[in-house]
Amino acid sequence: MLVLTCPYCGVEAEETELSAGGEAHLKRYGPGSSDDEFHDYLFMRENPKGVHFERWRHSNGCGKWFHAARCTQTLEVFGTYSAQTTEPPKEVKNAISAKRPGWSWRGHS
Amino acid sequence: MSEPISALNHASYDGIAKVEESGLQGMITVRGNLSDKVLAKAVKDATGQKVPGQREAFVEGDTGVCWMSPDELLVLVPYAELNAKLAAMTDALSGVHALAVNVSDARAVFRVSGNSAREVLAKLAPVDLSPEAFQPGQIRRSRLAQVAAAFWMDDTDTFRVVCFRSAAEYVFELLKVAAQPGSEVGVY
Repeated sequence: MLVLTCPYCGVEAEETELSAGGEAHLKRYGPGSSDDEFHDYLFMRENPKGVHFERWRHSNGCGKWFHAARCTQTLEVFGTYSAQTTEPPKEVKNAISAKRPGWSWRGHS
Repeated sequence: MSEPISALNHASYDGIAKVEESGLQGMITVRGNLSDKVLAKAVKDATGQKVPGQREAFVEGDTGVCWMSPDELLVLVPYAELNAKLAAMTDALSGVHALAVNVSDARAVFRVSGNSAREVLAKLAPVDLSPEAFQPGQIRRSRLAQVAAAFWMDDTDTFRVVCFRSAAEYVFELLKVAAQPGSEVGVY
């Protein structure tokens, strides 16, 4: 069972109280971008075995979106953090490095 | 004018805990910056309570205020005083970026009381309801089986549950099943 701590209400919410929102930190390409960029934005997703960053919504709670860093293999959660950021914060990256040395994800490491 | 009635009009059930639909309750959703002094004063004037911190609920009888999210409060007032309180609040908040809306008739409120009240709720919500983790003065928004709900404790044996009015009958049935005689688990 996946348990994530909502950074807004501090609740240790169990998976069924949350809604998954797909991959985190996507850069949106819209009008004016090339077809390749738009294609990649629409369709190309990471599917890692290991460290992954995702968006979640505390839908049966405070209703806020947040980010989570977790391992897809073990369900270990490295940290959750605010939605108002375009990349993982340093402390979350450090927490991952401590447990999974040498990890990388979409250019972050 | 027709008389307003609550979702299940005081339906009740006696099992290992008593489940009652608690009738009409004035409820105002307030959204805005919770650290704003104007908002704090409007809440104080309406309920006599200060703005609650994260997951706090200050409720006495049918008056009080609950923390719903970092920018949302649920203000409880007696149903009869609702229009006056809401008008005063709207007036007080006119100068700030905030919103106060009457949601009384969009919600249903239940009271679950008795020695096994904790157990009845714990069967339905994915929440640690042990006395160490959940106490009067706290509010938790979560789900009861398949629908969203919020609950807090009035005292050590009494929960108040708020859900959407459209799900009132479902929640009442859930609580009845969870409170069936002989269904004590005995964990708390």
